[in-house]
Amino acid sequence: MVHWLYMGGYWPFVWPSYVLALFAIVLNIVLARRALRAAKNEARRRAMAQRSDT
Amino acid sequence: MNWVWFHRFGSPPYFFRVAGKMVPWFASLAAIAGVAGLIGALGLAPPDYQQGEGYRIIFVHVPAAVLSTMAYAVMAVAAGVGLIWRMNVAHAVAASCATVGAWFTFVALATGSLWGRPMWGTFWEWDPRLVSELVLLFLYLGYMGLRSAIDDTARADRASAVLALVGVVNLPIIHYSVDWWNSLHQGHTLLKFGKASMPSSMLVPLLLMMLAFAMYFAAIVLVRARGEVLHRERNARWISAAIGPP
Repeated sequence: MVHWLYMGGYWPFVWPSYVLALFAIVLNIVLARRALRAAKNEARRRAMAQRSDT
Repeated sequence: MNWVWFHRFGSPPYFFRVAGKMVPWFASLAAIAGVAGLIGALGLAPPDYQQGEGYRIIFVHVPAAVLSTMAYAVMAVAAGVGLIWRMNVAHAVAASCATVGAWFTFVALATGSLWGRPMWGTFWEWDPRLVSELVLLFLYLGYMGLRSAIDDTARADRASAVLALVGVVNLPIIHYSVDWWNSLHQGHTLLKFGKASMPSSMLVPLLLMMLAFAMYFAAIVLVRARGEVLHRERNARWISAAIGPP
C-alpha cells in the first residue's frame, strides 16, 4: 500500500493531480445542483405569488 | 431528414422534462466508467518505461483537456444555434457549458503543470499547446464576464454568442499546435499515424476516463441548463406543473 501511494517517488505530482480533478468534479456537481435548486425555489415563489394575486 | 426532434428541443417545457430524464443516465454512465477507469489507471496499468509511475497523471490530464475543448465546441455550437434560430434553450445550454469548461481547462493546465515539473523540469513553459490552452481559459472567463456584465438576458445571449463563435478559431490551434510548431508537449496521445500510441493496458483506462468525463459533462450541463431554463421562464405557466408543489 505504501509502495503504491509512493508512486515511484512521483506522489507529490500524481496525487495532487487526482485530488484537484476530484475537487473540480465535486464542486461542479454542488454548484450545478445549487443553481437548479435556487431556480426551482424562485419559480415556486413566483408561482405562489401569482396565485395569491389572482 | 426529419428535424422535428431538433425543433422539439427548442420548447423549454419539453427540454426541461427530457433533460431531467437524461441526467441520471449520464450520471450513472459517468460513475461506472469513472470507477472502472480509475481501477485501470491506478491499479492495473503498468508503469511507463520512461516516466515510471509519474505518467499516471495522463488519466486525469488528457480527459480534462479533452473536456475543456469539447465543452467549448458544444458551447459555440449551442451559441450559434441560439443566434441563428433565436432559440432560448440553446442559449441556456451555451451559458451552462462555460463554468464547467473553465474549471476543466484549469484542471488540464494545473495537472499538466504538475506533470511537467518532474518530466520537463519546469511547471510552465511558453509552449504553443500550453499557451493555446491558457487562451481557452481566458475565452471562458471572457464569455462568463461578458454575460454577467450585461443585465438584459437577450443582449447578453447575443454578445456572448458572438464571442463564443469567434473563439472557436482557438480549437484547431490547440489540437494541431503539436504538429504546427516545435513543441515540448508530447504529440497526439491516442493516435499516431493511425495507430494507437500506447498499449491497450494503458489505452483502455484512458478511454474509460475520457468516457466518464464526457458523460459527467453531459450530466452537469443538463442540470445547469434546466436551472437556466427555469430562471428564464420563471413567469411561464408550465413551470408550476413541471416542478411540482413546494
